Amino acid sequence: MTIAPEAPHATHRRREFTDNDGHPVGYGRMLRKEDPRFVRGQGKYVDDVVLPGMLHLAILRSPVAHARILSIDTSAAEAHPKVKAVVTGADLAKQGLAWMPTLSNDVQAVLVTDKVRFQGQEVAFVVAEDRYSARDALELIDVEYDVLPAVADVRNALAPDAPVIRDDLDGKKDNHCFDWETGDEAATAKVFDEAQVKVTQDMVYPRVHPAPMETCGCVADFERVAGKLTLWCTSQAPHAHRTLYALVAGIPEHKIRVISPDIGGGFGNKVPIYPGYVCSVVASIVTGKPVKWMEDRAENLISTGFARDYVMRGEIAATKDGRIQAIRTNVLADHGAFNGTAAPVKYPAGFFGVFTGSYDLDAAYCKMTAVYTNKAPGGVAYACSFRITEAVYLVERLVDCLAYELKMDPAELRRKNFIRPEQFPYTTQTGWVYDSGEYERTLDKAMELADYAGLRREQAQRREHGELMGIGMSFFTEAVGAGPRKDMDILGLGMADGCELRVHPTGKAVVRLSVQSQGQGHETTFAQIVAEELGIPPEDIDVVHGDTDNTPFGLGTYGSRSTPVSGAAAALVARKVRDKARIIASGMLECSIADLEWEKGSFHVTGDPTQSVTIQDIAMRAHGAGDLPEGLEAQICYNPENLTYPFGCYICVVDVDPGTAVVKVRKFVAVDDCGTQINPMIIEGQVQGGCAEGVGMALMQMIAFDEDGNCLSASFMDYLIPTALEVPHWINGSTVTPSPHHPIGAKGVGESATVGSPPAVVNAVIDALAPFGIRHADMPLTPSRVWDAMQGHPTPSF
Amino acid sequence: MRGVIMQVPAPIEYERATDVAHAVDLLERLGQDARLVAGGHSLIPMMKLRLTDVEYLVDINDLHDELGYIRIGADEVRIGAMTRHRELLESAELAAAFPIFGDAEKVIADPVVRNRGTIGGSLCQADPSEDLSAVCTTLDASCVIRGRDGERVVSMDDFYRGPYETAVGQAEILTEIRFPVRPGGSSAYFKVERRAGDWAVTSAGAAVWMADGVVTDARVGLAAVGPNTTGMPQISALLRGQEPTEDLYERAGALAAAHCSPSPDGRGSVAYKRHLAGELTRRSLRRAVERIQPSTVHEKER
Ligand SMILES: Cc1cc2nc3c(=O)[nH]c(=O)nc-3n(C[C@H](O)[C@H](O)[C@H](O)COP(=O)(O)OP(=O)(O)OC[C@H]3O[C@@H](n4cnc5c(N)ncnc54)[C@H](O)[C@@H]3O)c2cc1C
Repeated sequence: MTIAPEAPHATHRRREFTDNDGHPVGYGRMLRKEDPRFVRGQGKYVDDVVLPGMLHLAILRSPVAHARILSIDTSAAEAHPKVKAVVTGADLAKQGLAWMPTLSNDVQAVLVTDKVRFQGQEVAFVVAEDRYSARDALELIDVEYDVLPAVADVRNALAPDAPVIRDDLDGKKDNHCFDWETGDEAATAKVFDEAQVKVTQDMVYPRVHPAPMETCGCVADFERVAGKLTLWCTSQAPHAHRTLYALVAGIPEHKIRVISPDIGGGFGNKVPIYPGYVCSVVASIVTGKPVKWMEDRAENLISTGFARDYVMRGEIAATKDGRIQAIRTNVLADHGAFNGTAAPVKYPAGFFGVFTGSYDLDAAYCKMTAVYTNKAPGGVAYACSFRITEAVYLVERLVDCLAYELKMDPAELRRKNFIRPEQFPYTTQTGWVYDSGEYERTLDKAMELADYAGLRREQAQRREHGELMGIGMSFFTEAVGAGPRKDMDILGLGMADGCELRVHPTGKAVVRLSVQSQGQGHETTFAQIVAEELGIPPEDIDVVHGDTDNTPFGLGTYGSRSTPVSGAAAALVARKVRDKARIIASGMLECSIADLEWEKGSFHVTGDPTQSVTIQDIAMRAHGAGDLPEGLEAQICYNPENLTYPFGCYICVVDVDPGTAVVKVRKFVAVDDCGTQINPMIIEGQVQGGCAEGVGMALMQMIAFDEDGNCLSASFMDYLIPTALEVPHWINGSTVTPSPHHPIGAKGVGESATVGSPPAVVNAVIDALAPFGIRHADMPLTPSRVWDAMQGHPTPSF
Repeated sequence: MRGVIMQVPAPIEYERATDVAHAVDLLERLGQDARLVAGGHSLIPMMKLRLTDVEYLVDINDLHDELGYIRIGADEVRIGAMTRHRELLESAELAAAFPIFGDAEKVIADPVVRNRGTIGGSLCQADPSEDLSAVCTTLDASCVIRGRDGERVVSMDDFYRGPYETAVGQAEILTEIRFPVRPGGSSAYFKVERRAGDWAVTSAGAAVWMADGVVTDARVGLAAVGPNTTGMPQISALLRGQEPTEDLYERAGALAAAHCSPSPDGRGSVAYKRHLAGELTRRSLRRAVERIQPSTVHEKER
């Protein structure tokens, strides 16, 4: 085991402040500061929280997808010797707590009062002395269900005879959830009418699940005397959650403390507020004891935020020589039983509007219909950048379909249609302002790393021997870092983030963030951002996050927004501290502010480098006697001017066994451009993890249902996570196109790979199947589906 | 109506058996609600999901000394029921006698499961997708079952009564699996899975015996495509007395595809599983023959 050596005593370090990888004072590769505690098993997760007298909560979940509840008999459960409370929807209704708002201005049942609307929905809960007794008591609750026909196939949701799921909503007579459109319908129609080449392709982005290693859970501790609630919770957005609890539960906001300790993966699964959290709060209030609730894996898979579930028809119009003119799409979106989408409220389809991709088009149009079905709510999760996964899959598959029809090389077709560097900032046909890009450079780099020409030659040879080798490419543009707050809010909370920085007298520092890590490495990245601005080594900077009592307000970590938003805040707050340090330095060096020059970590008098003071000297002086300004600290809130638009080019090589249809991913090249790189090692880690997820989605993952709405993917035996054996050695590369509006030029990267990799893998498989005349097959491309496609059945019913 | 899926087991009582006689004794005394636990990799998940109402667990892991062995004899191989997957995978003697074991064990579950799971538990679980049952069928194994009144030996065909049902009675224990050794033979196993560690979409094993360049006998065992414990006599009849050729494998594969009864599920369609039964039968016959006659190895299959 290697352990990062202790940093040398830093107080008087001066000139050695360089980006010496391994020990950068600022940007560069360095081991993650948080990892020693994870690799030594010293992380503190929600389930590690144990409080005196703590009780355990378990949730009774519906075994059926759609049913009226006729009766619930809890008497046997209540008689269990270790049970402290049994609570049903009727009990919650008396307190006005049976329903809660979702993040999309819909409502969701905390516990069922009238009707079950998806399998796994929360029906009642038990609080007992231990985890086992709580679950034993669930078996003693007798519920009588009047089972109703279920809407399990989204394509039947709007049929006239479909059972109405949301009869709780006034006057609701169908399963329509919302309509949404973007782009110019008429202009797009005109381009299509006149186009030389038109390709239409239906495709399904199936329902998948982020399946974080740690399931959701919380410990709620309501202190009756103080009237204060402390909630340790698997939350990606502790501040937003606190405000929502104040609004729902009626506990004053200053009496609520939400703590997100170490979180074992989020991927958007931990953005919503789940009934389990609310039940735990109620349970603690009712019993006067701390209450713990941790989901089982099955509960996590069947009831918490799913991802995707878009049935899409894509159309692409082009000239005969391959100039893409327009893209049009019609989407049927399955939102489950409640609209619990976690996206900015003005964006009910998230950022799907970027489906125009990386291409310079004449027109684009999307029409979407969202519906309710008898399935769990959610929709925005699994590192999707607010639905850019779906958008990129649509456009990158369409471009490959066009290449297939035009018999053009897919790489060259992309190159021909890229938005050119001089066109940035570029306003797309759906109104998104891409901040910067130099796409061709990234494409070239990926093709070079992959030896694209050599691969094509190899493929031609192999095809002669009947071997099925496929090369797939995707080129994606992401839109990350929500807000600006004038356009983007979640239930009225603007998407901006605060940051506080304090330099202690000895020159060590603490930076407090409003965003929160679920494994992304915030404790390292944010220390490096401050280090770059102040010249204090990252080891000397403590990063505090995930505790509403100890951090400034902000909207949290999801949608790749931490570095674009909070990272900017961290840089700016450090600059604010540096401005103050300059004033103190001018006093110390007895010169005017204008005569001071900053070199990372110290100020010196212009023209005389021997007259200098370090940031550590200044910190001590700021806390000393004398008449210089007191302290060295600052606070800001950063409201982004625009999103940032990272991009990348991924190339995947697969071999398909012609006899068994088994797909083997042989090679994967990922070239990412996320602007300025803070810690390239962390960036590569984020990309590699996302690429593995992409292989999972493309080849093996789907949350499937039978016609009665039973979930068929409720365990890791049925919902597959790829292992090291299914993924190749990743080849990472990068280009750097800084964001012009971001204080340090950085763009988010957390979701680039989950967005960009699925179409690269699918394009590769379809390319391998070209000898069979196949242009498309739906994910997940399991051996069975690939074989079915080879037999001429590319789109299975699901 | 009960709630949906749980992953925490109900309360149980627990006893550790010290030898086979003690285990049988405990089973007899504790009655219907008692169950043996070997590796626990099938039983414990079912208990966690509360799919089985076990009240007493009789742990036979201390019987590993007594029942954990691989004995290679001149005309018979005997494997104790408590022999773990890992031991089967790592035994060079077993690989020499029956290469099919190494082929299969490499693709059964993962190292964590293989460290604990046993051949006895695998057969007694009688999961239709279970791989070792197919291996035992291929090798024409017989099972030794012991109860208070002594021992009986049954063929695989008699042992397997249907999904999750075997010939082992309530107060009985499977102690040993026996494999006849015949000269001039070899074997092989192929499996298609959706992901490493997953249960088979379909698997096929083949054993072939040859003399003077001609097949004297052959058996095929399939997994995950319906009940399959006969060794496929149609294929034996086709191959006997023939020189092995691609065309012969092709016809054998067609027989395998025709004589299985897969059902559709998340792992695949009926047509695909049928196809695999054929394709994997071809591959394992070809590989088994190549192992007998290394000179016939096809360039492509190396
Ligand atoms: C994640 C995972 C993946 C797996 N993948 C595969 C796979 O790909 N292929 C495959 O073949 N298997 C697979 N398995 C199953 C694995 O091989 C198990 O080890 C095996 O099925 C059961 O063996 P065990 O010793 O664990 O039995 P246990 O779980 O202990 O017992 C199973 C049953 O057999 C009974 N039993 C056990 N021993 C005896 C005995 N000596 N006499 C009478 N009854 C007995 C028990 O009472 C119980 O009913 C997988 C298991 C897991 C958990």
